[in-house]
Formats: sequence, C-alpha cells, structure tokens
Amino acid sequence: MSLLAVLASDVNVAQNVGFYVIAAIMLFAAFSVVSTSDVVHAALWLVVVLGGVAAQYILAAAEFVAVSQVMVYIGAVMVLFLFGIMLTRSMIGSDTDVNNKGWGIGIPVALLMFGVLAYSVIDAFDNTVLVDRSEVQIASTTTAISDGYLGDYLVPLIALSFVLLAAAVGAIVLARKD
Amino acid sequence: MFATEALTSGWFLENAWLIPLIPTVAFFVILGFGKRMPQGGSEVGIASMMASLVLAAGATYQWIQRVQSVEGGSEGALGAIRGFAGSALPSAAETGHSAAYVEPVIRHWTWWQSGGIEFTLGQHIDGLAIMVLLVVTFISLLVQVYSTEYVKGDRRYTHFFAALTLFSAGMLIMVLAESMVQFILGWEIMGLTSFLLIGHWWEDGANSRAALKAFFTVRVGDMGLLVGTAIIYFGASQWAQARGSNGFSIQAISGWALSEGADSKVLMWGAVALFIACIGKSGQFPLHTWLPDAMAGPTPVSSLLHSSTMVVAGVYLVARLYPVFFVGLDILDTGVNLVAVIGGITIIIAAALAFVQNDIKKVLAYSTVSQLGYMMMGLGVGAWTPAVFHIFTHAFFKCCLFLAAGSISHSGSHHSFDMKKDMGGLRKFMPITFATWMVSTFALCGVPFFSGFFSKDEIIDNANHNGYTVFFYVGLIGAAMTAAYMTRATYLTFFGQPRGAAAGEHHDAHDPAHAHGEEHALDEIEEHEHVAEPVLVGAAVAATQGDDGHGHGGGHDDHGHGDDGHDAHAGPHESPWRITVPLMILGTLAVFSGYLNAPAVGTEYFTEWVEPAGVVVGAEHDESGAATHTDTEEPEAFASGVFGRATPLLAAEDGEATHSGGEGCGFEGPTEGVCYAPALSHAEFKWINTVPSILLVAFGALTSLWLCLGIFGDRKNPFKGLTQRNRLAGAGHRFLVNKYYLDDLYEKVIVHSVAHPIAKAAYWVNQNIIDGVVNGAGRSTKRTGEWVYRNIDQRVVDGAVNASGLVASETGHALQPVQSGKVNQYGALLFGAAAVGAIVLVLLNV
Amino acid sequence: MYAVNFLLLSAALFCIGVFGVIARRNAVMVLMSIELILNSVNLNLVAFALMNNDVDGHIFALFVIAVAAAEVGVGLAMVLMIYRNRRSIALDELSEMKG
Repeated sequence: MSLLAVLASDVNVAQNVGFYVIAAIMLFAAFSVVSTSDVVHAALWLVVVLGGVAAQYILAAAEFVAVSQVMVYIGAVMVLFLFGIMLTRSMIGSDTDVNNKGWGIGIPVALLMFGVLAYSVIDAFDNTVLVDRSEVQIASTTTAISDGYLGDYLVPLIALSFVLLAAAVGAIVLARKD
Repeated sequence: MFATEALTSGWFLENAWLIPLIPTVAFFVILGFGKRMPQGGSEVGIASMMASLVLAAGATYQWIQRVQSVEGGSEGALGAIRGFAGSALPSAAETGHSAAYVEPVIRHWTWWQSGGIEFTLGQHIDGLAIMVLLVVTFISLLVQVYSTEYVKGDRRYTHFFAALTLFSAGMLIMVLAESMVQFILGWEIMGLTSFLLIGHWWEDGANSRAALKAFFTVRVGDMGLLVGTAIIYFGASQWAQARGSNGFSIQAISGWALSEGADSKVLMWGAVALFIACIGKSGQFPLHTWLPDAMAGPTPVSSLLHSSTMVVAGVYLVARLYPVFFVGLDILDTGVNLVAVIGGITIIIAAALAFVQNDIKKVLAYSTVSQLGYMMMGLGVGAWTPAVFHIFTHAFFKCCLFLAAGSISHSGSHHSFDMKKDMGGLRKFMPITFATWMVSTFALCGVPFFSGFFSKDEIIDNANHNGYTVFFYVGLIGAAMTAAYMTRATYLTFFGQPRGAAAGEHHDAHDPAHAHGEEHALDEIEEHEHVAEPVLVGAAVAATQGDDGHGHGGGHDDHGHGDDGHDAHAGPHESPWRITVPLMILGTLAVFSGYLNAPAVGTEYFTEWVEPAGVVVGAEHDESGAATHTDTEEPEAFASGVFGRATPLLAAEDGEATHSGGEGCGFEGPTEGVCYAPALSHAEFKWINTVPSILLVAFGALTSLWLCLGIFGDRKNPFKGLTQRNRLAGAGHRFLVNKYYLDDLYEKVIVHSVAHPIAKAAYWVNQNIIDGVVNGAGRSTKRTGEWVYRNIDQRVVDGAVNASGLVASETGHALQPVQSGKVNQYGALLFGAAAVGAIVLVLLNV
Repeated sequence: MYAVNFLLLSAALFCIGVFGVIARRNAVMVLMSIELILNSVNLNLVAFALMNNDVDGHIFALFVIAVAAAEVGVGLAMVLMIYRNRRSIALDELSEMKG
C-alpha cells in the first residue's frame, strides 16, 4: 500500500471524521443497551445504535439499505419492543436484577471473541481501501438492487416472503389469548 | 413439424398435462367447499378422477394410433421424427413390431429459474407413462367409489377424499414428469398425503405411529432421490445443454446415459443413490418395514397405496430412468447387480414373513412387498417389459384383494382383520367377495390363464433367458411361496368354521364408532328375526345366533342397512353395491388384463405399445455390408456381445433398407445420434418353460392347503374334539374365556407342530410315507418365515435401531450436566465455543 | 477510508451484543442484544459490498433486515406468552429445557 494511495483515500477527511464520531456514539449507546438497568432506557439507547448504523450505511453509499433500516428498525421493530416492554412490565423504571447471576462469564467470552475478530480483520483487511463510489453508481444502486431481487435472487425472495408469512401467523397464534 | 403420415398426435396426447391438473384443482375445491356439499366433497373427487380417466383413455387411444402410425406408415414411406434437438430424423422401420423409436410427446413450461438453471414442468408421454396414467386413474376412481361406502359417516370424510384426490394427483404428476424436478414434486406430494391417509384415524396412537414410521422410512430413501438427481444433473448437464435441453430432463438423461461420453462412475453413483430412493418408496428389503405398518390406514388407502400408486413409484423410477440403471449398474453385462439382488432378497424375505401373519391385510402387505421384489428383479435382469407389465396386472389383482379384505372387515368380520380370530367360513355369506378374492388370488399366484401368470412367468422366464440362473430359481421359489401363503390366507378367511366376529360375535371395538360393543350386540340380537334358540346370557347368544344363521345366511342381507347402515351389523353378510361393483370390475380385470401381452395366445400389445425401442435415433447408417438382420432372438446374440434386437434404419433418400446389425443401444454408446432406451431381448414363450413354475405353484398351494387342513381344519386334528366341546360349552361370560382359550389352543397347535416332535411323531410318520418331502418343505418355509421374523426383523433390524438409540441416550446422559436449561448459559457456551473454534482456525492458518 | 474501520466497529458491536445475550436476565433485553448482533452483521455486509463494488451485499443486508423483523415478531410473541403463563420473563427461571 503506497502512501500515495493512502493519502488519496484519506483525502475525504469529512467522511472519516463523520465515521469516527458516529462510531463513538454507537459504541457508547451499545454499551448502555447492555449495561443500563432500565429496560425502557435500554430500548431508547438501542434506537441510537440503530440510527447510527443507518448513518454508517449512508457513509458506505447504501442509501436504500439505510432508509430500509430506519423504516423497519426504528419505525417498526422499536415499536414492537416498546409494546413488548409495556405488556410484560407493570413497573417502568430501573430494576435491581436485570442481569443473571453468572453474567460475569459474558465479559471474557466477549473479549475473547473481539480479540479473535479484531486480529482476523486486521490481518486480512489491513490497508484495504474502500473506493468511493461515483455519483452515477450511487444513483443506480437502487435499480441494481431491484434487478437483483427480481432476477438472480427471485427464489430466495419468494422463500423469504413465506418466512415472513409464517412468522406473522406464528406470532398471532402465539400471542392471542384463548 | 410432425410429419403427417408418420407420427400422429392428438388433442388428448398434447394435453395430457390436464390429467394431474384436474385432481389437483379438485383437491382445493374439496378442501374449500367439500363440507357444504351434499355428498361431503366425495362427488368432486369422483368426478375429477372420472374426468382424468376419460382423458387418460383418450390419450391411450391416440398413443396406440401413434405407435401404429409409425409402423404402418413405414412401408417405404418415411416420416421425420422431430427430436428435441430439433433435427428431422429418419424414421426407423421394420417388419416386426416396436422397432421404431416412437418419439414421446413432450411439452414443457418454465416453472421457475434461478442462477441460470431452468426448472420446468411439463409432460413426457410415452408408452410407460400412458400405461401407468391409465391404471392410476382407473384404480383411483374405483377406490373412491368404494370409499364412499367404506368411510361413510367418518368424521373426517371430506378430508379423507381431499387427501385421496391429492394423492392420486401426486402420482399423476410424477408419472407425467418431464423433468426430475417435477418427478420429485409428485413423489413428495405422495409422501405427504400418504402420511395424512395412513394416519387418518390418528386418535388411535398406533395409527399415528404407523403414519410417522411410513413417512420417516420413506424419507430416508428420499435423500437418495435428491442426491441421485443432483449427481445425474451435474453428469448430464453438459451433454443436455449441447442439445438444447438441461440435465433435469428425463429424455436428456436417458439419452446421455446411453451416449458415448457418459462417465460410468457418475452413472453408477447416481443409479445407486436413486435406487436407495426406490428401496424406500417401494418397500424393498432393508426399508420394507413401513409397508405392513401402513396397514393402519383405512383399507381403501391400503389398496390404493399398494396396488398402483405409492409403492409402484420406486419401480416406476427405475423403469423411467432405465438407461441410467442399465449402464450405471451394468445390467445384462455382469452376472449380478444391485437391482436384481435387492429384488430377489425382497421376494423371499417378504414371502416368508407373509406366512406368520394373522392380520389379513398384513399378509397382503407382505405379498405386495414380495411382488414389488418381482418387478425390481425383472428390471434388474433386463426384463423391462415383463416387469412393467407386472405393474399393470398387479395393480388390478392386488387392488381387488385389498378391497376384498376391506369388504370382509366392513361386512363380514365387524372391523377386524384378524384371520384366526374373526374369520373363517365366509364364503357362504359373501359370495361376490369370495369369488373376486379367489380370482385375484389365482392371478397373484400365477395360475395359468389368469393375468399374473403372463407377467410373473415372463419375468422368471426372462431371468433364465438373460442368463441370471440364480434369480430364475429365486423367482420360482417365490412363486411357490406366494401360492402357499395365499392358500393359507384363503383357507383361514373363507373356509373352515366361522370364528369370532365372522360367527356373529361382537367383541372388542376397533374404532370409536363401535365403542358401544356389548350393548350394541345385544340390541342387534333382540331385533333379530331368526332367533332359534332360547336366549341365554350376553354375548353367548351372538355366537349361537351366528351358528344358527349359517343355514339361512341370505336372510342377513336385507338387514341392518338402514340410515346407519355402517354401524348396523348382525353377523357376516355381503357388502352393498358400492363395494361389490368395484370388486367385480377389478376381478374381471384380474383375469383378462393379462391377455394384453400373453405370448401364449399370441398377443404382444404391451411390447408393441409400451416398450421404447432401443434404437439409434438421429443418425443415418448406410453400412451396405450388413445386409441381413441379426437375429437377436437367439441366445448367441449375447455370447457374441451384441445386445438387443437388431435395428435396421431406413435410409432417407431411396427408401432402400440398409441394416445396421448390432447397432442397437447397449453399452457401446452410439457414435452418432442418440439412444433413448437400451435394446432388450425377449425370451421366446414356450409352454415347456412354464412347466417348472406351474408345478411349483401347484406344489406350494397343495402343501399349504394340506398344512392348513391339518392345523386349522376339521380332519386329522387331535384337538378338533376339544374345539367342538369348547364351542358347545359356551355359556355366559365363560364363552369369552373359552374363546380366548380357543385362540390359545390354535397357538398351541402351531407351537406343537414345531416344538414337540415326540407328540407329533406318529402323525408325522404317517404323512412322511406319502408326503414327506412336501411336508418338510412346507414346514421349513414356515420356520424360515418365523426365523426371519424373529431374528432378522426383530433382532437385527430392531437391534440396530435400539443400539443407535442406546448410544444416543448414553451420550445424552453424559452431556446432561451441560443442559442447565438456562438460555444464557447456552448462549455463553455457543459463543465461547465459536470463539475458541475461530482461534483454532486462526492458529492453524498462521 | 479503510475497510478495517467498518469491520472493527462491526466486530465491537457484535461482541457487545454477545455480552448482552449472555448477561441479561430480561428476555426483552436479550432480544435487543440479538438485534445488535444482527446489525453488526449488516454493517459488515454493506462494507463488503462497497469493497467489492457490487450490490449483492445490499441485497443480503435487506434479507437480514427482513428476517430480523420476523424474528422480533415471533420472539416478542413468545415473550408475551411466557409472561402470561408465568408472570415473569426472567430467563433464569425458565429451565424447563434442563436435561
């Protein structure tokens, strides 16, 4: 990796700064999700993480995925979560025992896993530069996605629609009172 | 581009795809609206099967015309056959029959495509498909008519007909299949609906267990179908694409398998994998265990499953993709091959098991397994046409036997299938059932001039003709055993003294509808007109009444079939017309269907209409040197390595016949052109060849009859007097005790004949002088049957199953502490193990 | 911009999610942690799509989003049912699967 290329790729300082700022917010929010003692707060922190992911998608030139992320996660999934919290907890506020007795085991496992992942990622993709997409490419991304769905990935798409149908039916069957 | 003279087609042939479509649509109609219909949806099912039958009959007629047009138009006139590659082909012609390759009527539509692979639905109509289509629609129609009576008043009547219709649709889809994908579709629909139908009365735990067993056992084989299809696809893909088809097309696969470039290893593994599927579906030896258990379903289901649909699917797959098996497993090239060996083992094992069954349907089930073994063995020894013909004849007589068994249980034995407890002497009460049963039994045993004779003997004859001496003897022994166990079943059911329910006694109920057993029996008796003796106590009267009723059994017929006719029984009587009419039709066919291809009387329609000719299509041969036919009817043809019938092709331009002797399709792929079927040779029918099998059948039947008379009959039986005393002494609740005592006695007689040689000695010596050898053979057969059942079925097969269960259980116990039941702990273990695994991978790759 | 940026962020999110799955006692919170894991995977997919300059990654990310939506729906329905039956959604009290 020549210095020139690094410089050329790092010219877009605004993009990098944006990435790091958003990443820092996301990591803080993610830690809060798994450490706060209030379920509702955890859900709200999760909104921050999900929004951050959507922002990162835009930085990675994936507008369509970003919009879907906002609509599906922040629009639908979060509402589900809040309903779930509302229906399963009479008291809203901080709880004393949100963690298991053996929660400490999670720390070494997570650290071990992060170590392996970080090592592998750096080992494999160190110095790999992401080339920015051209305006034209970005403009045609959505077209390409739709072509993909109705072309090569048509069968998985149909299969997925059955999965969603089954999930909807299953959720109704499980949740209804009888 | 069909040439007008050479190859006719027609509306029915072109639109054969409607045949499975109609029942499929009918299934949804029954499911959606059946409950609101006056007949509960059965009318839709019957109408759809009738429509399919009409279409199938029309297609059959047009197919025969098509075949004849090729042959008839060959007197100098030439027709172009359009291959799927699109080239006009010179028509083959011969003075004999079926030498010309009759192009199948193939149509297909893209179902879906993914990653550049196209999956098609369509139709592949050739003689084989037409034949099975006709049989399936015909049998399905009769079974549905029969079912309207048999399951009358059932709580899931509508669902029963829906499943029955979808089941037939699945079979028809599979039979029509143009591509392997469609084949698998139909195959799996049948698997699913067979589960539904076998477990139709799932309230009884045994039934749902049987359904699960059938489903899972077949599923084991189905893996073979998927794997085999994949192997064949990747093998045939290139060859097929070069000819504008794809590796799923059945026609392309056939052509590829016989072509020069086919890799024999690929073919072998593909054939083995596909054959595993056939073993599962057709109940061949290691996976036959589901078939007898599948008897838990309603009798019409057993009949449909066992005669023309489900179990024939495996045989059909082998027949359909015969080139793959022919080349892949070296049929005719080596002295022994997988298909023939499995078929041969199945014949003997299943026939032996049939000896020790008391349940009439189980006898028939094992008989079906054994007959499927014949079909497989026939295919394995290169007797394609006789094997396929056996599918045809077997469908009629086996369906008839099952329906007769159902008729007996419906009207004769009060929903019992136990031959020893509840049958006997029924011939007086059920003349129509008895007659059709006897005719079908003769057909099954291969008695001359009944249909089974012409198909089964051809298989045995061709095994000998093709040099498979071992399988020739296996077939002969199987024929003798078939005759023997069918004689036993017939004797127990229709002859001797009526026992149990056949004697009018209503004992324990077999299904929820009859939970009110005892009161029901009493009510019936009080209403009965023919009470001739003073009423004693309880069920004893039933027996007395039944015995008394022998003299005027006809009086029972007009009795007990009011509005709740299904429930009203008083002693055995003949079944109503909706049961007897299908029986009579099938019985007639059991006699006459054999004459379609009976060389003994000079008909060979099957060879002509069904068998695809093993000729090279699409290449012109002008070897002027080969001026004469190679007469491949002679066995020398095999010695010299020439496979099959010589196939003269007509030169295109001058109409002069030039011959390509020995160019038929065999192991040497054609250098140019395409072969779609291997050329096969037929044994010439000679009466002298049938003598051993006729003698053996007679021998088996007589031995069995003699044994039955000895064990179950009135004469020569030292326990006969005891039986009589007990029967006469019956009074009050003691009757029940005595009944079970009788059963014990029957068991003891059998055990006695095996286990107490001293007590048996005088009797044995007496018979030894006359029938010593006969006796020994019969007995050893029975012992083999019992031994096989006890050791192989119970110990080896069950032992293997239990052992694997034990290993799993022990492993489970060892790992039990890990299973704390806490999700989080599982998560920790999962992710921790994943991380450790990843570290190991990283370390390995550094 | 380096690919490593996205991948490391995604790895960190993933491990935080794993920690949440292991440590949390409340079933809803475990589901939230699972959402974190799924989102980290999506981030990876999008980054790879940018790296390879095609849209297959986007397509897969959208598949994952759809599957995640289904998973949340069924998961929360199960949580509701458990709550109705036991008046608690504490996972360490649910040990019926204990072998």
